Amino acid sequence: MKDHLFVYLEIENGKVEDVSLELLTKGRSLANQLNCRLEAVAIGNGLESIGSQVFPYGVDVLHLFDDPRLYPYTSLPHTSILVQLFKKEKPQIALMGATSIGRDLGPRVSSALFSGLTADCTSLEIGDHEEKKEKKTYARLLYQIRPAFGGNIVATIVNPENRPQMATVREGVMKKEILDAHYKGQTISHPVEKFVTEADFAVSVIERHIESSKVNIKGASIIVSGGYGMGSKENFNLLYNLANTIGAEVGASRAAVDAGFAEHERQIGQTGVTVRPKLYIACGISGQIQHIAGMQESSMIIAINNDPNAPINAIADYVITGEVETVVPKMIKYYKKNSK
Amino acid sequence: MSLKIIVLAKQVPDTRNVGKDAMKADGTVNRAALPAIFNPEDLNALEQALRLKDQYPQSTVTLLTMGPPRAAEIIREGLFRGADGGYLLTDRVFAGADTLATSYALCTAVRKIGSFDLLISGRQAIDGDTAQVGPQVAEKLGIPQITYAEEIQSVKNGKITVKRRLERGIEIVEGKLPLLVTVNGSAPGCRPRNAKLIQKYKYAKTASEKQDATAPHIHLYDARPYLNLEEWSADYVNADPKQCGLSGSPTKVKSIENVVFQAKESKTLDSSDQQIEELIIELIANHTIG
Repeated sequence: MKDHLFVYLEIENGKVEDVSLELLTKGRSLANQLNCRLEAVAIGNGLESIGSQVFPYGVDVLHLFDDPRLYPYTSLPHTSILVQLFKKEKPQIALMGATSIGRDLGPRVSSALFSGLTADCTSLEIGDHEEKKEKKTYARLLYQIRPAFGGNIVATIVNPENRPQMATVREGVMKKEILDAHYKGQTISHPVEKFVTEADFAVSVIERHIESSKVNIKGASIIVSGGYGMGSKENFNLLYNLANTIGAEVGASRAAVDAGFAEHERQIGQTGVTVRPKLYIACGISGQIQHIAGMQESSMIIAINNDPNAPINAIADYVITGEVETVVPKMIKYYKKNSK
Repeated sequence: MSLKIIVLAKQVPDTRNVGKDAMKADGTVNRAALPAIFNPEDLNALEQALRLKDQYPQSTVTLLTMGPPRAAEIIREGLFRGADGGYLLTDRVFAGADTLATSYALCTAVRKIGSFDLLISGRQAIDGDTAQVGPQVAEKLGIPQITYAEEIQSVKNGKITVKRRLERGIEIVEGKLPLLVTVNGSAPGCRPRNAKLIQKYKYAKTASEKQDATAPHIHLYDARPYLNLEEWSADYVNADPKQCGLSGSPTKVKSIENVVFQAKESKTLDSSDQQIEELIIELIANHTIG
């Protein structure tokens, strides 16, 4: 019996990345609906502790490919391994993170297997599908739901005929939740040399500087977020001041990140992180749909904008019409005055 | 040394600045209100190609774009900025393609162009944001890929060194040519149009555009062969129609919904000291902050 659900694990310094654990959580619940196994694939070097990291998320089978040449990640060897493993195991679904690794690997694997891949899904569900022209129905497909057209529409994509049904999901979109701390799965160690050839090592990493994430946007209970309307990187300092005063993280819209006002890891929205803080203070953010989709579930939203007709005002609890440069220092001043 | 460089570029609707007039009353996107532009990261890609040509002037930079006949604009735009030539792949057979069918079509066209040292494209197009077509073209051509490039640092002795910009850092990687590089928006922007090149190429047209061309310039096309832009059909690049367009696409769009957000009843404040202090006191009192 094949037809299981596979998750590709992203591993940095022997640690499974959050995005993969979030996918295991989602994968576990989809596998329950489909009555199939949740299997995980770890490709890298020194993978002894991966099992203890992922089994609590409900992994039934862990496939290990442990070889010094497989870390850090390069496209071809990881592709070769997944393609051959998937040809043999015939998963019905394969999920990976919509990260610089998953978005490099996923398309290459999908091209080699001729299986459809949907990038940056914001929701994954199981459902039936009918191809009206061919009068064919398909039971229990993966609905791959993603924003399109700059976030103005949301499309549901299906892969009726080809397997695996592949999807990538950004970090922070799904929730990470341990299923059972004592859950035990099976580990299979595969012989790497049977999966890769010398030619797969055509690209080599000479230098690498990866920092662990300094920003904890996902977990912040208060977020002060800036948009293109902040005008400059220097003006973002206002937001850091407010954030430091009230104990918040600083976020940014895509336009602000594209303009270089803030780092990419602070980006909130469909192409960044999805957040659900108890307070979201949007400063100089007009409110493109793609941004709103990533923060609309905030418990309370304050919008500060000099444009009284900014679209974000429609979803805000409080709209402060005025210049951010005037309003934010006053918020700091009155917080200091009134808090103990 | 000379390099044969092919730049993959796409004409896209400008989804970055969807203003109020770009949404119709029923909430759907008014595509006609969105200008068609050169995909931004493909311009970053073109710049990387042109820098290699600056360094090795014998090199050629050729654009390849797939789209409707009006996408010939992309070729002209590239010529204005320093590319040597380009091909427009256009055919109704390609319509409705997902990323796999698109990469198949582009792959057949690259094969038709012939040998190359380097394929360069933007990381992703702003109308889909998938970042899939580059790696899929590379896979179909059987060449390696280097994605998320911020700078091509050097090309020598058949090897390329590239700085990649990742979410949380950078990587310097080295690969053997030929291969594909996809370029990030964080890479340097493209040089502006060159006035002399605009003069040279402003009447450059594809065969179908020439049919509408106004009479005064018609005589130019025989005298100046570089004004004739090549337009390729699926048949011409030996593309198998079954692998093109909708029929070559494993993914199907099941449904599309417009994004509608639930409007809230909001309280509007001005920026006066009194109103802001009252708000802060309220937020402290209900334990939202502090």
